[in-house]
Amino acid sequence: MFDHARAAVEAALAVGASYADARYVESRDEQIEVLNGSVEQLDRGEAAGIGVRALVGSSWGFFGTHDLSPAALRSAGNRATEIAKASAVVPGKPSPLADVPIVEAEYETPYAEAPLEVPLSEKVDLLMAVTAAMQEVEEVRLARASLGAWDTHKWFVSSQGHRIHQHIVETGGGFDATAVGDGETHRRSFPQSFGQFETGGFEVIRRWDFLGNAPRIADEAAAVLKADDCPEGEMTIILEASQLALQIHESVGHAIELDRILGWEAAFAGTSHLQLDRLGTHRYGSDLMNITADATLLGALGTFGFDDEGTPAQRVPIVDRGRWVGVLSGRDSAAIAGLPPGGMVRADGYARLPMVRMTNVGLLPGDSSLDEMIAATDRGIFMSTNRSWSIDDKRLNFQFGCEVGWEIKKGKLGRMVKNPTYTGITPRFWAQLDMLGGEAEWVHWGTPNCGKGQPIQIAHTGHSASPGRFAEVRVGVKG
Amino acid sequence: MTDARTAADHLIEIIGDRAEAEAIVAVGRAELTRFANSFIHQNVGEEYVNVRLRVAAAGRVASVTGNPADAAALSKLAEDALTVAATQRVDADWPGLTAPVVIAPADFSHQSTTGATPKGRAAAVKAFVGAGKDLLGAGFCDTDSFETAFANSAGHRVSARGSRATIDGIHQTGQSAGSAHQTSNAFSDLDGAVAGALAADRARRGLHAFDLKPGDYEVVLAPEPVATIAVFLDFYGLNGKAVNEDQSFVELGAAQFDERITMIDDPMGFGALGESYDAEGTPKQTTTLVEAGVTRTAVHDRRSARRAGTTSTGHAWAMSGSLGPLAGHVVVRAGTDSVEEMIAAVERGVYVATFNYCRILDPKSQVVTGLTRNGTFMIENGVITGAVTNLRFTQSFLKALGPGNVLGVGNDLRYANSEFGQGVVRAPSLRLGSWHFTGGAEG
Repeated sequence: MFDHARAAVEAALAVGASYADARYVESRDEQIEVLNGSVEQLDRGEAAGIGVRALVGSSWGFFGTHDLSPAALRSAGNRATEIAKASAVVPGKPSPLADVPIVEAEYETPYAEAPLEVPLSEKVDLLMAVTAAMQEVEEVRLARASLGAWDTHKWFVSSQGHRIHQHIVETGGGFDATAVGDGETHRRSFPQSFGQFETGGFEVIRRWDFLGNAPRIADEAAAVLKADDCPEGEMTIILEASQLALQIHESVGHAIELDRILGWEAAFAGTSHLQLDRLGTHRYGSDLMNITADATLLGALGTFGFDDEGTPAQRVPIVDRGRWVGVLSGRDSAAIAGLPPGGMVRADGYARLPMVRMTNVGLLPGDSSLDEMIAATDRGIFMSTNRSWSIDDKRLNFQFGCEVGWEIKKGKLGRMVKNPTYTGITPRFWAQLDMLGGEAEWVHWGTPNCGKGQPIQIAHTGHSASPGRFAEVRVGVKG
Repeated sequence: MTDARTAADHLIEIIGDRAEAEAIVAVGRAELTRFANSFIHQNVGEEYVNVRLRVAAAGRVASVTGNPADAAALSKLAEDALTVAATQRVDADWPGLTAPVVIAPADFSHQSTTGATPKGRAAAVKAFVGAGKDLLGAGFCDTDSFETAFANSAGHRVSARGSRATIDGIHQTGQSAGSAHQTSNAFSDLDGAVAGALAADRARRGLHAFDLKPGDYEVVLAPEPVATIAVFLDFYGLNGKAVNEDQSFVELGAAQFDERITMIDDPMGFGALGESYDAEGTPKQTTTLVEAGVTRTAVHDRRSARRAGTTSTGHAWAMSGSLGPLAGHVVVRAGTDSVEEMIAAVERGVYVATFNYCRILDPKSQVVTGLTRNGTFMIENGVITGAVTNLRFTQSFLKALGPGNVLGVGNDLRYANSEFGQGVVRAPSLRLGSWHFTGGAEG
């Protein structure tokens, strides 16, 4: 497989590229969804191909193909270089690649049970049983359960001498119950919205005990339907850990992407409120806020051995006791910013250009607990499980909705509330983080659907979080 | 490059009489030139083949996808599908295959797109950037040309060719940004200089923006935000699966919209990008979704139609089994008002060029939150008096187009970018009586 990649790189160099790299990728995936006891989707996918990146002067070109014949590999290298030369019609400043170790290496995700080898009948039986358990609750109109898995081999070669093979295994799934009322619909999900995904094998699914949690989730969906609306106003909120993980993803993870900070995503994903000249001094949040981008966390969804430029996985401090200290970067963006490359460039398959993506951008645990936070709150809302998310193009102004909330009065959980929403401005919100759950409640949440780039690319990212408390937040925004 | 028709036929032959089978194959070349800070920073291309094979062996259904490059890989894909299906339970809702029906081979491709080169796209980008002197341009220019072929074991065969070209971008002043968008099946229709000039004009007008107090305002929406409204109504509401599952606002025959609103799905009409059949081989046709304010049709694939006791409207796509059928060629019918006339009729309101990051809070009420972006302007006494900073809204899209709230429909129908991307919706500008802004740039 290295030979395929090598041939494409040599073709690019032969027609004028000063640097070239190529990734040969073989991927398999499986998606199963059961709705109300019926298999709605059972798809298996396989793809193989090669993507070549070429640098000519200060301009880049990329070409991908599924055709692995010798002629097609040469053509791919030629096309990448031709495209790079066309880029020079509207050239930028020279952008050298930051130095990284040139390695020959192997990496494989640690896993116990290969997810695509587990019998389909066992998987479907599990999903059927979960939906049946939820359908025991009369108000549940839709009982849905799903599993997904990806098995990806990547062979990376560069003209600088990289030669890296990786085998990444990712597994996940989840379920939800939807209750429908008069003009409204409410959903409860487990383990989180869109399911929980991790690097690892089918043991991930066994660990989460879908069947044991299905009755509770169904009961809660029915209960939300009858709950009162979330009150409006400013008050303390406590976010359940998976909601806090998404808050990290949207208001920290994207904001610290160096390509956004440099303006490379201005027209689509957006830019960032962060300015490089304030790296090291900008106050992002309270002293409880410690964020790392750690691509080495065992089991987390954004874990790998090397990124798609061949840079080793790293643990990079991002926010240190509330102070902004780090970014997500690749070799080109890091060189422009004068920072060390973070090894955070990945592509969605062989036919997409590697770009800056989150690894595992997580909030390190505090020393409290959910129970302690509730007991210490006089008036507030405990919100659980994301239902909607929206944030502006600078990652400042956000509004999130959750599936369910509970009022907190005088240190105790009270009535359930529906349509809980909260809104805020990123640094102001994070400055109000005043209690944070400890290691016992810290989970490596996975986000399998992070969209970015044109053509659009979907990345799998991780976000470790425990529950957190925020003071004086605006809640209950209504349409 | 793989021949789509040959590959689809070959898959059906391999399956033979072992199962019912349908295959759809797309073969094409997609290239995209992306720019930021007024230079080309990402420039990509790919040759692709996407194969989807669905089999039903004695009612046991499975789908496989792949990008096989040769006959051996096609055979493996077919055998995999049969292997997976054999492990399944009988699917009581299997709707069967589309019966053979004559659909003339359609060719909506344009040679200026199929023949587009990296240099041609770079020239379009250069013109866009050049139209904004002293500004920073960002965006993309792309071309996609493809052939699709469908075959099933009931003997149905159909194929089509198509193409799409888009230039979409912004200019930035440092304090403000303005956007522009053009889409056509013909690359030669794109004019980077015209798009760049519009974006630059909006960016310059956006300077010195002030914060507007949140509240209810009359609005004039450009085609981009109207396209996003339409695509949310489409995906979350006019989707037959959502209707079957009681997740939709749709009440067929009810006057759920203002009488000025008519929406159709028009895959092959004048100016359409063209799609003559869906992922199940069902012929596509013009479908009236909303007629003079009355909801007329929820779209279906074969499975959702079977559950609803009706027939497919030809709206299956790769993910419709899970996400439901989708109208992918929506047209919000144009009116007779010019944008200038609509603005002139507003005493105090807001003009919005684009929306950003819209997410649905409740599909039945169509309450959506999102923001304005790349051009938000104050209208006072019939004229634009200045720029305002981006606003957050939390608004029911259904109520926004509801009876009595649509005060003007523009005559500026065109392809407009939307939250779901380009090439999905053609829309005019709209003047709406009330829009609920719930926050400003600073909360």
